[in-house]
Formats: sequence, structure tokens, C-alpha cells
Amino acid sequence: MKTLIESSAGGREGVSPPASDTKAEIKIPKDMLRGQVRLPELGEVDVVRHYTALSSRNFGLDSGFYPLGSCTMKYNPKINEEVARLDGFKKIHPYQPLKHVQGALKVMHELGVFLCEIAGMDAFTLQPAAGAHGELTGIMIVRAYFKDRGEKRTRILVPDSSHGTNPASAAYCGYEVTVVNSDVNGNVDLDDLKSKMRQDVAALMLTNPNTLGLFDPNICSITEIVHEKGGLVYYDGANMNAIMGKARPGDMGYDIVHLNLHKTFSTPHGGGGPGSGPVGVKAELEPYLPVPRVIKESSAHGPRSSTRSLQSSVYGLDWDKHKSIGKVKAFYGNFSIMVRAYAYILSLGPEGLAQASEDAVLNANYLMKRLRGHYDLPYERTCMHEFVLSGRRQAHGQGVHTLDIAKRLLDYGVHAPTIYFPLIVEEAIMVEPTETENKVTLDEFAEIMIKIDEECRKNPVKVKSAPYNTPVKRLDNTLAAREPVLTWKQKRK
Amino acid sequence: MDFPKELKYSKDHEWVRIVGDTATVGITDYAQHALGDIVYVELPKVGADLSAGKGAAVVESVKSVSDVFAPLSGKVTEINPVVSDKPELINQSPYGAGWMFKIKAKDNSEAGRLMGPQEYEKFVSELKK
Amino acid sequence: MLEYLGVSGVNELYTDIPDGVLLNRPLKIPVELSEQELSRHMREVSSNNVTGRSFLGAGCYGHYVPAAVDAIISRSEFYTAYTPYQAEVSQGVLQALFEYQSMMCELTNQEVCNATMYDGSTALAEACVMAHNIIKRNEIMVSDTLHPDYRAVLKTYCESGGLKLTVVESKDGSSDNITPTDETAAVIVQSPNFFGCLEDTAKMKEKANIKGALMIGCVVEATSLGLINPPAADITVCDGQAFGNPTSFGGPSFGVLATNMKYVRNLPGRLVGETVDTDGNRGYVLTLQAREQHIRREKATSNICTSESLCGIAAAVHLALVGPKGLRLMAEGSHRNAVYLAGRLCELKGFSLVHKRPFYNEFLLKCPNGTYDRILDKGITPGFLAEERYHNLKDCILFCTTEMHRKSDLDAMVEAAR
Repeated sequence: MKTLIESSAGGREGVSPPASDTKAEIKIPKDMLRGQVRLPELGEVDVVRHYTALSSRNFGLDSGFYPLGSCTMKYNPKINEEVARLDGFKKIHPYQPLKHVQGALKVMHELGVFLCEIAGMDAFTLQPAAGAHGELTGIMIVRAYFKDRGEKRTRILVPDSSHGTNPASAAYCGYEVTVVNSDVNGNVDLDDLKSKMRQDVAALMLTNPNTLGLFDPNICSITEIVHEKGGLVYYDGANMNAIMGKARPGDMGYDIVHLNLHKTFSTPHGGGGPGSGPVGVKAELEPYLPVPRVIKESSAHGPRSSTRSLQSSVYGLDWDKHKSIGKVKAFYGNFSIMVRAYAYILSLGPEGLAQASEDAVLNANYLMKRLRGHYDLPYERTCMHEFVLSGRRQAHGQGVHTLDIAKRLLDYGVHAPTIYFPLIVEEAIMVEPTETENKVTLDEFAEIMIKIDEECRKNPVKVKSAPYNTPVKRLDNTLAAREPVLTWKQKRK
Repeated sequence: MDFPKELKYSKDHEWVRIVGDTATVGITDYAQHALGDIVYVELPKVGADLSAGKGAAVVESVKSVSDVFAPLSGKVTEINPVVSDKPELINQSPYGAGWMFKIKAKDNSEAGRLMGPQEYEKFVSELKK
Repeated sequence: MLEYLGVSGVNELYTDIPDGVLLNRPLKIPVELSEQELSRHMREVSSNNVTGRSFLGAGCYGHYVPAAVDAIISRSEFYTAYTPYQAEVSQGVLQALFEYQSMMCELTNQEVCNATMYDGSTALAEACVMAHNIIKRNEIMVSDTLHPDYRAVLKTYCESGGLKLTVVESKDGSSDNITPTDETAAVIVQSPNFFGCLEDTAKMKEKANIKGALMIGCVVEATSLGLINPPAADITVCDGQAFGNPTSFGGPSFGVLATNMKYVRNLPGRLVGETVDTDGNRGYVLTLQAREQHIRREKATSNICTSESLCGIAAAVHLALVGPKGLRLMAEGSHRNAVYLAGRLCELKGFSLVHKRPFYNEFLLKCPNGTYDRILDKGITPGFLAEERYHNLKDCILFCTTEMHRKSDLDAMVEAAR
């Protein structure tokens, strides 16, 4: 398929802005003006056809089953898309007088209150733009907290099953990362944790359920072990979809939490964003949250928040938090994503959220049981909203790797699950069906997986060279990395 | 898997060929196999002072980036002129054309801390379990 | 399904949760709304926000987004897709991002650009980390002509990342007085700067490079690149919201991080590269991933995972629709409107330009006391009141125009200010 520049034909125009009707001159020195930018010249119909063709070469959640473990690919309700596009949400500017954006501030404030209740925390910031951004924010808060107390703590603990963003966020803030082992049941090895939890450890970063999809029943002991030595416990909220309305990280002893609105709260993934990663804290850590904070009923102080007669307003912005870590992003966060998450929570209510989690867990356990005879199951336990299989048997037996199985799945019209994560499982296949799939879809997927297992035994070559039915066949990653061609201007040697 | 007899080996999967006081360094067959297709190599500069056990070079494959540690201390006298443009040589010929750099060894006793071919082969078989 | 699993109720699947932790009450959130009720509620809430004529810029810009942009990014194959890990079924997103990377390189005059960062401010913070990793020094120098939120973000990132941020007080609306030292890893210049003024980035780049430091050019009003030369820089950072994305109360946006090919392995974030499949057909993949967090973990170039793909694609679609000529018209229109408005406002008693430098589409005016409220009372949102972030700039308003303003809007503003 051609790229935009290859389809370009000189002289074509798409949508033309009108010229200024003021007759003012250009008042910029000539040497600062640039020549024409080398961009494609296309008509509107050309552009629309181009992107329509591209979309037909892309598999989205609306296209079919998308059981990516750790990503919570649940259905994105269309009403949320509609309301997020209302002019009153779309066309407002962050620096408008506060009394003119009361609707926006209400959404932010109420969402914060809902998330506090769902996660069992005391205060939330909505500023981070993604989960990893929330993690970084959380670790910055940890750092600020200990600095404020005059305590020098240099290490952060992460489990061996952790997502890569955890150690990356910790390392950015100058912490040394120490790995805590999992035991044979997939839980945190308590003895290992006890030996590694010392006075120099600032925090433990742990998601629960963990990346194996397993709920660690010792969670209260874990948080106690950390607290006993004065450390904090950080909750990676990627797996929150298992426990909404059933359990809350705040009740398990967690001090800081990040949530992924683009996972648990149904906002769409966009092919890699925009997302949103709100961070919640217990009261003790509230002073360190980024500014400005959205507040209700003018208890606002400070020159910025009192801008433009707050008396008639219910909601305001408070900048006067001298212990705050500052800002992690310009303005207030990914607002239109917040609107969608807010709408989602309102549509589900307390019963709906609990049911969503229950259905997610039910679906995962069902699928796990259907597949366990055909693929190795490293942990023989009830799973939560996701489970991990191993393609070890097929790899050792027929030399067919998890990668090949994933590619073969594409031929059957489903998206492959997450592969090679978590790192502690050989040939890992992480499956997360979510609650928005029905039994028929789950059974179809199970049958496909079983069929592929059979293919591994009867016709391994076929699986190893998959996919065949996709817009392109298997792509050469080595060539891409050896000779990077990253723009249409670069030519391959 | 290949374990040439005349070489010495480190726990981080580097090999060393010592001729007089010149040591040639590369990564082992086990290492190149574990890394997969190598796409990029960052070699030390000629004249650089290396310390045993500290990072000397970086090897990048499609699926990972690995540090290559100096097995011995010394000054870099030569780097492989071809391997930067053709990193695949490390996969194809890890002990031959895929050599990475040469050091003028400072302290010959350091070689005593390295493993012989049989010891390294045993070490690798333990890892696979 | 419960029968198949051999349990009598779903709660039996939650037995790993300790009793003390299991929530035995419903969440205290409002009872669910039907779609119809939700729609009504959201409309009500959104009606409590004022839209209408506005002259606000200051890092977030209300340009015209053609209808086809939303039509395209509303295609569910794009917006409901995840990060393109299975490239063979993600050629749509991957090619769209490859085209985005290419167009951003043309706009910024750089050789390589990644597949979006969260926004301009965080892209700038990551650019500083890049500079530190490349140059191996700790100091970042910046002027107070850099957007106050961007400076705040840099301060937060530098503080945790062990970098030293030096903010130099500007003179006459420019950062010309920054003097890099032997400790400097990078100098940052925003152009057009927060006050709308154009800066001499070539001169600063020279000053920086002579001292062995990198020059980071920062463009917050991306449409300026349609009229004005991109900054002379080793690393160029932009905020892209002005293309293809509504103001949306400040988010989402996306960040552009572009640089020379020689620094490509220091670039954080995703990169889309061209390759071939087993049949020899061209295709696209995420490449150079070995540097990213999911592989390199604590030694990663950054912790970034999800970024702002769809917003970047929206910008690419916008640029494809307007083309080079349309881009020029957008930029010229934005500028000419500003020239007209500044000229007419300065005719009024008590109004004067604070800075005597060329500007793009924003300018800072000293106004008579009470001007802001006077304009607001007439139903127009004035520009940004500078003293909210610059305490010594009393009674100064930063006005912004885009190609969306017509002469009648500008004249109405003049009347409101009178």
C-alpha cells in the first residue's frame, strides 16, 4: 500500500483554510520565514480513502476478540465517545475563568471522589497521562515523602513478575531496584521479602492480582512487613479489573495507587494512547500530590485559585500546596479521557462495577479450565481476571514457540494474547478475556487454541510460518532494527 | 554449542584469546544464541582504559540489550572494524570474524579468575536447568 | 459456566481474598444511569462550561479541525486497537504512525522522530534526560520565557532525576542572555516563546555547541512551523495539540520528540520502522524496542509505555488534509490576525506592546486596569492574564489569534476592550 507522500500529486488541495480577512501584513523578518513544507498534496477524498484502507488493515477491539493479558481490552461504549465530543467538553480552554468551566471541574472532582471510593484511597490526582506516568508520579511522591521526613532510603523492591515500567520508574528517581522472588504458588516469597525489606527500602511496588493473574492471599502480611520498617507500598493498578467492588487496594494496606482509565475504566486504547493514569494516595501523602488540585466549595487560597470571583462557583483549583511535587504534565491531565471514565462509572454504578469484575474473573477461569489440558498451566490455582499459560510443551516437543502460536491465532481472526510476559514463565501466554465477552466467543477462542495445539503436533511447519491470512505475512524485525528506516525520506541501503 | 579449547571464559559469557599480553575479546556462542539476531554493537574507543568486570561494550538484539564486560583490565588497542556495520558476524562467527576488541592486558594474573572451556561448558549446562 | 467450574457462586472464585479485605458492602457511588439518563446528565454538565469567542492561547490553541479528521479517527479499527504489538494485524496504526513520524520530521527539519510522547512538557523533560545521557553533564538551562507549566514540569522531573535546572530571568522577552557553562548538558529555547515572541535559536545553538552542550528547541504552537523556520536544534520538542486535536480543557495532547539519526538509540518511546514480510512486501513494525521499559527495565531510556498515538494520527490526518498550502494559510491567518488585533488595540489609550520583537500569533499587551473584566463582561474570553504566573507583569494580557478568528471577532474584541 502506498504512503501518503507516494500518493501525493502536486497541486491537489484538500481542506483549505480561508485567508485572513484583515488585510494585515506579515510582520516577520524574511530570514525567519520558511519555504513550503514538504507534505503530501492530496484531495479530501484521497486522504479519506487512504485512511479507510489503513483501517481495513488494522484489528481493533470492535473487530474481534482481543484477549491481551494485562491490557483489559474491554468494550468501549459508544455513548462515552459521543458525550466526550460535546462542545462543552471539547471546546473549553484550561485557562478560562474558573466560573466558566464549572462543568469540567465538576467532572474532575466527582471522578476523583469515585476513584477514591473504588480504590479505598483518600485523595486522587488526575494529572498523569498514562499508567507509567502515574507510576513515575507515585515514585516521585515516595521520594518527596522521605525527603520531607529526613529519611535516606535508596532502594525500591519489585517482584520478579513485575511490569517493566515498575523498575524503570524507580530507576529514574535514582532508586536502586531489588527484585523480590515469587514462590512456587506465584505469590510473593514472604521470607525473601522479609530479608530484603530493610530500613533503606523506600517502597515495594506490587500489583494484586499480580501479573500472573493471581491474588496474593498474604497481601496484608506483605504490606505489614513493609510498613513495619517504615516503607510505603505502591499499587500498580493495571489489574484492578478483577476486584472492583470486591476489594480495594486501600483496604489491603496500600499507600499509593495508580489506575489505568484506558484499561479498567473502558476508555479506548487508541492504538497506543491517549490514556490516563490517575494516582491515589492515603491522607498522609496528600500534601505531595501534583498541583493544581480540584477543590469543591471555595476553601481556596492563593492568588491563582482566587482568580475571577470564586464566590459564585462551587469548584476551584488550589495551587497553594507547598509540599507538592509540582507538575508532571502541563495543564490538568487528559480531560476527555476523564469524561469517558466518568460516564462509564455513572453507567455501571455500584452493582455494575462489581458485576464487571465478577464476570471478568468468571470468564477467565472458564477459559483457563477449557485450555489447561492443551497448554501447560504453570500455576494450578483459581485465577482472577487473567491467567498465564506456557507454550513450553509445544516448544520443547515440536519446536513451535509461543510467538508462532500467536501469529497463527491471527489467521483465525482473533488477536493474540500477550506473549513473553511475565518474564518468569517460559514461553508465556497471558490471556485476559474481560467481562464484555460472551460464552460463545470464549468457546470459539478455546476451540481455536485447541486446534492450533493439534496443528503443532500434526503440521508444525505451518504454525511456524504463520500468519497467512493477514494483510502482511510475518514481518522481519531483524532487518527493521539492523537498518532502521524511520521516515519516508530515508531510503534502505 | 561451541566451546573452543584455547579460550578462556567469563561468567558473563565473554571469551578471551590471550596471545602474549594481547587479549582478544568477544561473546560466546551461548550468548549470541540467547540474544538472537544481533542488530547493533557499541564498541569501546581505542585507547580506552577498561577495568575487569566493568562494562566495555553493548550488544543489542531485537529482543534485548546486553552489556559486554571487560574480562581483563587494560587499554583497548584495536576494535573490529567490520562488526559495527555487520553485527550479524557475531551470530555467524562469535569466536572468529565476530571478535569485538583487543586489550593490552595490565595484570596477567587476572586471567586466572576466568574459566577454562570445560568449566564454562559445565557452567552453561547448569544455567539451562 | 459456574457449573462447568464446579462452583455455586462467583464469590467462590474470590476465596484468595482475605476476609478482612473482601468488601461486603456496595461501593458508595451513584446508582447506575441508563444510557438515556447518562446522555442527559452529561449534556447538563457540559452546558455549565462556557464556549464562544476566546483569545486564549498560552500553550493550548483553538485552530479549525476539518471534519474528516474526526471521521477518520472515529473509525473503530483505529481507536479501539491496542499498541501494535502484533504488527501483521496492525499495519493501519503502524503505517499511520510512520507517516506521522515522517511529517513531523519535515516540520521540524530533523532526521528522526518518535511515535508520540504525552505532550510538549513531558517530551521536553525526556529531552533533558536524553541530553544528560548523551553529554554526561547535569545542568539544564532555560529562560522564564518558557511556558510556566513546562518549567514546573521540568523542575519536578529534574528534582527527581538528579538534574540541575537553572532558570535565567529573561530580558526584553527573549532568552538571548542565557550563557551556557562547562556543566551544561542542554539549553532550552521555546520559540515562539510563551509571550509569542520569536527567538534567535541559531545563535543560541552556536553558543551551546561551543560549550559542548546540546540545544533543545521547543515549539509549543505547532502551527508556527507552517510559516516560520523550525528552531535550529540538536533535539526538537513540540506540543502537537494545535493540529487535529481540540483544546479539550488541556488534554489529551501529544508531544513531538525529534532529533538527529546519531541520537536515535537515546530516543525514548516507540519508533515505527519500515521492513518487509516473508513475501518481500513492505510493512511496518515497532523497532529498536530493546531500549524500552518492557525489555531493558531499569536501564531503559524511559518508562513510557502508552503514549498518545491517536492524537498524533489526528494531527497527521489534519496535515494531510490541508497540505503544504493549507498549512501556510493556517499559519499566515493566525499571524495576520494577531498583527491586526495588536495594531488596533494599541491605538486605544493605555494599551501598548510589552515586547518589541516579532511575534507569531500571540502578543503581550499592557492594558489599563480592569480591562480583563471589561472584556469578560461583554461575553468574550480575553487572553491569558499574565500576572497569574508572572507576578511582576501586572495588567498584562497575552492575546492569541488563530485562523478561526474573523475580522468581525477581532473588531468586537477591540470594542469590548475600549
